[in-house]
Amino acid sequence: MSNLSFWRIKRFADSIPEIMDLQREINRLFSSVTQTAADFPAINVWEKDNGLVVTTELPGMDPDKINVTVNGNVLTISGTSEPEPLKEGEVYLRQERESGSFQRNFELPYQVDAQKIEARYERGILQITLPRAEEDLPKKIKINA
Amino acid sequence: MADKDIQKAQNTAVTEKIRNVKTFVPRVDIYETKDAIYLIADMPGVDAGTVDVEVEKNILTIYGRVENGKPADHKLVFSEYEVGDYERAFSLPEEIDQEKIKATVKHGVLRLELPKAEKVKPRKITIHAEK
Repeated sequence: MSNLSFWRIKRFADSIPEIMDLQREINRLFSSVTQTAADFPAINVWEKDNGLVVTTELPGMDPDKINVTVNGNVLTISGTSEPEPLKEGEVYLRQERESGSFQRNFELPYQVDAQKIEARYERGILQITLPRAEEDLPKKIKINA
Repeated sequence: MADKDIQKAQNTAVTEKIRNVKTFVPRVDIYETKDAIYLIADMPGVDAGTVDVEVEKNILTIYGRVENGKPADHKLVFSEYEVGDYERAFSLPEEIDQEKIKATVKHGVLRLELPKAEKVKPRKITIHAEK
């Protein structure tokens, strides 16, 4: 009997990553109720000790038409995508892709070093690297005995 | 941008992958010209090496495989979209010349040119009167 419960505990531990995923999805489900055009494009934010990485899916854009700016701790991603230039007599049988202009503002959790921000656009994915500002890094306080 | 749902739709009809990833339905535009049908699919995260286009009988299937896109040694702290593969199938009209389909990928967008075949000659069927 004790053997059985041991296995149960082990299997529960194994499933923790899945439970975390589930939690994230439930959160998304509820937050997406209020998602509107103002929340386009959807972003993912990744963190490391000394900075953030923001990724977003923007397929088929002209890299020159994507603008990334940081003002204080607000990151702004904006841009325009052109619809296909159709000629006279050509008709859409289906039109599901988005085109037009968009702007997304996102508040960052801390000040970033505006000089060191890098943005890359590859395979339709925009990746912005935002290093944390030097003066904003947590300071270690020396404890005197 | 329009008020469409900004989330990608999951393709629940496909067979599950060996890799633990979700499969999404890429959004497509299809338009028709005099000589061809053009299909444009949004598949962010794919390039020429990770897209497959297959035609079997008259079913055209597009696949895209996407690596998890996780920046090295970073932790996901806020997530609004998911990353996964793409798959979608269309039945082609008879008039498409399947040998001459052309495909290109740029900035995560797959573009297919499906040329129409030379005019199929009308076939006259002779009707025999029963004796």
